[in-house]
Amino acid sequence: MRAGRHIAGWLGRWRPGLMAALFAAPLTAGAEVPGRVVSMNLCTDQLAMLLADEDQLISVSHLARDERSSAMAEVAEDYPINHGRAEEVFLLAPDLVVTGVFSAAVASEMLERLGVRVVRFSPASSLEDVRAHILRMGAVLGREEAAAAMAARFDADLARLRAEAAVRPRAALYAPNGYSSGDRTLAGEILAAAGFDNIAAEIGFSAGGILPMEVLMMAQPDLVVTSERFPAASRAEELFDHPALDGGAGGTAPRTSHDWVCGTPFVLRAVAEMAEARRALEGQ
Amino acid sequence: MRFGALIGGLTALTVALFAVSLVTGPARTGVGAGLAALLRDDGGPLTLVMREIRLPRAILAVMVGASLGLAGAAMQGYLRNPLAEPGLIGVSGSAALGAVLAIQTGLAAAIPLGLPVAALTGAAMAVLLILALAGPRGTSLTLILAGIAISALAGALTSLVLNLSPNPFAANEIVFWMMGSLADRSFTHVWIAPPFMALGWGMLATLGRGIDALTLGEDAAEAMGIRLSRLRLTLIGGTAAAVGAATAVAGAIGFVGLVVPHILRPLVGAQPSRLLPASALGGAVMVLAADIAVRVVLPERDLKLGVLTALVGAPLFLHLIYKTRREIA
Repeated sequence: MRAGRHIAGWLGRWRPGLMAALFAAPLTAGAEVPGRVVSMNLCTDQLAMLLADEDQLISVSHLARDERSSAMAEVAEDYPINHGRAEEVFLLAPDLVVTGVFSAAVASEMLERLGVRVVRFSPASSLEDVRAHILRMGAVLGREEAAAAMAARFDADLARLRAEAAVRPRAALYAPNGYSSGDRTLAGEILAAAGFDNIAAEIGFSAGGILPMEVLMMAQPDLVVTSERFPAASRAEELFDHPALDGGAGGTAPRTSHDWVCGTPFVLRAVAEMAEARRALEGQ
Repeated sequence: MRFGALIGGLTALTVALFAVSLVTGPARTGVGAGLAALLRDDGGPLTLVMREIRLPRAILAVMVGASLGLAGAAMQGYLRNPLAEPGLIGVSGSAALGAVLAIQTGLAAAIPLGLPVAALTGAAMAVLLILALAGPRGTSLTLILAGIAISALAGALTSLVLNLSPNPFAANEIVFWMMGSLADRSFTHVWIAPPFMALGWGMLATLGRGIDALTLGEDAAEAMGIRLSRLRLTLIGGTAAAVGAATAVAGAIGFVGLVVPHILRPLVGAQPSRLLPASALGGAVMVLAADIAVRVVLPERDLKLGVLTALVGAPLFLHLIYKTRREIA
């Protein structure tokens, strides 16, 4: 249970359910359960690492080891990595490849031509999608019971976390280049679940769009949530240093981290962190 | 006096466009309310928008434009060639390379003046190369060829540095460094760049008598007591400081130094010394107007300034080439 041990470390409070699920679900015998699974997408990497049986998952994408994007970078150290190229993945002789709709499209088409089964996951754009993705990953890996347990735990934890905030402070998600996610996105739902109203939705971005800094300032947000910065510099992120952002936005906010990127149970950590920030705002 | 009227008119135009720039932006605010909030702190977000977002942008537009216009007029005067322009001959591109190197190596973050100094160094190297390859006796052909080579090299190296950056957003910013923009500039940029620009203006302003004398030829100028080596050094230093600092904060904005002196030259009686102040003001007008236009035409996109200046400047450039084609052929 090498993956299970690491996950337990990462996901402290998930431990009982997850470990029970991992132990309790024996491999359903049958030809449809893939024995060698390769994942080529950051988000399917994490779902597969959470759900796959021991030795079932043989490779994850190189992004899974990137601390900034992957919530399971440490766990991914234990897996051989691939770079989403058809040749290297084919040589791993997989029974099943799981990947994203938009990642390495050419490579996954070629793998299909070569007779490899490819299952594609679309990016999660809501908390409901997270649940659906967990169950679907369980189904394709033949790990339905583990997935059902994880989904049940996800629902319970989300219900507990979902804030019944008396006052909903107004926050804006502010990513590099001033991109702001609206209410019909995963990040927007994380924000809403933590008890915030979303400035982008007020302005009329339900999916997301570029929010000029002037418009952001005029909206007078209680909190501006910027994103974790990448190494070296860029003008896109230099925006976060703009003096106007210090003067016009409430307190210092947590930054959107790797927990916000993919539709995995880790989004609940993001919800919890944001709920904490909301309580801090109320305390002021 | 006609020259006085021209300077007065350009100054009035600059002031008017400066005011228009202050009231132009995606946050819809009344003209009166905006200007009132700029002058008197109303404690609300409008003052913040006016003072921290729009004011630095308008100030930088004036200073960047003046730097480019002045540098263009000075180089054209010294080289006695209407095709000399900081953007075309690679001075802006090399300044951008210097700035990108400073930012990506962390020098800009470590030392406050690292960014403008690195950009200035890049610009100075390009001016030196241009003068070495196509000095006063060089033809338009050698000037343009040298300029193309330096521009291409600086552009390629800038792209390389940004592509190698571990920051995933850096590579997308190649277009900023090639085309220039004043979006989301803050007072941080106003404090670091304009001192260098002002230094450059001071140096270029002293060139007037020298470049007037040069219209008679180098021998005549030397006979009139102009020290050509010193003139050249002042030109290099002044252009590097003005264009380098402007590029460090706004990217490489092309064609301003070409278009403005070209339009204003007949109005000052083709006298290079008078063209200097007129071009500085004209440059400010052009960049202010372009920066207003990018916010009016496509407010949602960060349309680059260089796109607009090139739309105006490139046809003019073709016209100049057409006129000088006999010399080039």
